[in-house]
Amino acid sequence: MADLTAFSVQECITALNQGDVSSVELTSALLDRIAQYENQIHAFITLTPEKALKRAKETDQIRSTLKKSGGETPTLLGLPLAVKDVLCLAGTRATCGSKILENFVPPFNATSVQRLLDEGAVVLGKTNTDEFAMGSSTENSAYGVTHNPWDLTRVPGGSSGGSAAAAAAMFTPAALGTDTGGSVRQPASFCGVTGIKPTYGRVSRYGLIAYGSSLDSVGVLARSAADAEIIFRLMAGFDARDATTLDGSVPDAACSDNPQVKGLRIGVPKEYFIAGIQPAVEAAVRQAISLYQSLGAEIVEISLPHTEYALPVYYLIAPAEASANLARYDGVRYGLRVEDGGMIDMFLQSRGRGFGPEVKRRIMLGTYALSAGYYDAYYGQAQKVRTLIKSDFERAFEQVDAIAAPVAPTTAFKIGGHGDDPLAMYLEDVFTLPANLAGVPGLAFPVGFDGEGLPIGMQLMGRHFDETTLFRLAHAYQSSTNWHLRRPAL
Amino acid sequence: MTLSREEVEHIALLARLDLSEDEITRYQQQLSAILDHIAQLQALDTRHIPITSSVLPPRTRLRGDEPKTGLSREQALDIAPDVENRQFRVPPVME
Repeated sequence: MADLTAFSVQECITALNQGDVSSVELTSALLDRIAQYENQIHAFITLTPEKALKRAKETDQIRSTLKKSGGETPTLLGLPLAVKDVLCLAGTRATCGSKILENFVPPFNATSVQRLLDEGAVVLGKTNTDEFAMGSSTENSAYGVTHNPWDLTRVPGGSSGGSAAAAAAMFTPAALGTDTGGSVRQPASFCGVTGIKPTYGRVSRYGLIAYGSSLDSVGVLARSAADAEIIFRLMAGFDARDATTLDGSVPDAACSDNPQVKGLRIGVPKEYFIAGIQPAVEAAVRQAISLYQSLGAEIVEISLPHTEYALPVYYLIAPAEASANLARYDGVRYGLRVEDGGMIDMFLQSRGRGFGPEVKRRIMLGTYALSAGYYDAYYGQAQKVRTLIKSDFERAFEQVDAIAAPVAPTTAFKIGGHGDDPLAMYLEDVFTLPANLAGVPGLAFPVGFDGEGLPIGMQLMGRHFDETTLFRLAHAYQSSTNWHLRRPAL
Repeated sequence: MTLSREEVEHIALLARLDLSEDEITRYQQQLSAILDHIAQLQALDTRHIPITSSVLPPRTRLRGDEPKTGLSREQALDIAPDVENRQFRVPPVME
């Protein structure tokens, strides 16, 4: 039999529908592979093999019942997936990579997860993440670092590093991630997989444990654009439980319906090709842009002049929102409680012991930025500069249909490489932050490898609610190249 | 921009974070460095620029005022750190 763990989402769906394979066979094959290599990778915080097999068996039974009755089969019936541990799956703990939620078992499903379960998905487990999704390497997890499958001494990126590593290591055909400042795209780039950060407001965040509410988005990591698109479209659309989701539903067209890129205009922003970028990264991205030109796309030099301000703006807005969102962890209703004295002591100690260093740092930064006397100078000014960054994109999208740029200045760095220097770590996000601040969609995918054999990612950014163009462009690229088909040797 | 030790302690209290002496020293240095980096924003003239608090068009969505069942009391209490008489128990607020 073919190696089931190498199956794409599309191949899994086809094989399941044709009866070539059962969900139990598929799920078992992946669980076997995880059992074999997870001690090297550590992609999961909580692995749920029994639940997954039980669910797989149920979906196989549902399939045989539907076959007899002639009912319509849900799209993902029996498809195994992994879910980042910041999204709620009822009955399985959701730690957010934090000690403060070590024993938190949510009683409900996130809408994104619920929609995939409604389509028949099987959840293998919850993947590792930087604590509360704050980080670019997965090193901030309270449950240990995830290792990059391409080089175990390197980080997988973050914060969705567990999901990226799981997809790259063929532990799962696809995994859910979240992206507040690059947390889907940067790990996708570091692990050589494809990741979509949807438009702000496209996918419901109900049941996503909040970090920066004006920036958070739920996305997908998979081994091709076509695969990521299948999952993305099933999650997207209005949800009465998230007021930021819009009425406009998901476009009917899939990327594979129209692979043509002829006539599309791709903008290349000069601010993303700066000193300090690894030469191999720039070369691979420029080569990918040339390929689009040879496929008939028009390449346009553009400028996003306020790009350099995205980092300081983000590191005011995201921590400010985080300091408010994380105020809920007080030890009263759920999560860690450290009780030794009165009520205020309980707050101080539960939070002091429950949160890790990066989360505390961002809460402190956000609290300071919002505190009396500093609000206008910091938070207010950041919100104004955010307008300038957003306007840069609006002007660019009058000229072009998509913007192509590197995902990160370098390929995956060494575990521990940034030591205790938070600013150096923040600089990893310099190319991914602007899309979150502007709310536009971003799609990352592999476009080559550096001299060390590490994957290089490119991102395409698009107009609000125009993920389809990004998927179409990435699919066209992946139809003409093989980078996305390379697999790490474990 | 250098934060004083007292400022760091004040922020930690506002944020309800019990920090060790070592953490206070570290955050004093790190937050000062981050604020130095952020200070470049002050160079931009934004007097006539409106703020962006959300990238979405401003609108208010209302739903029908229909009663629905949410989480049950048992479900909420099941995950609580401490419960007494089917309520969340907390330490005393006043002496």
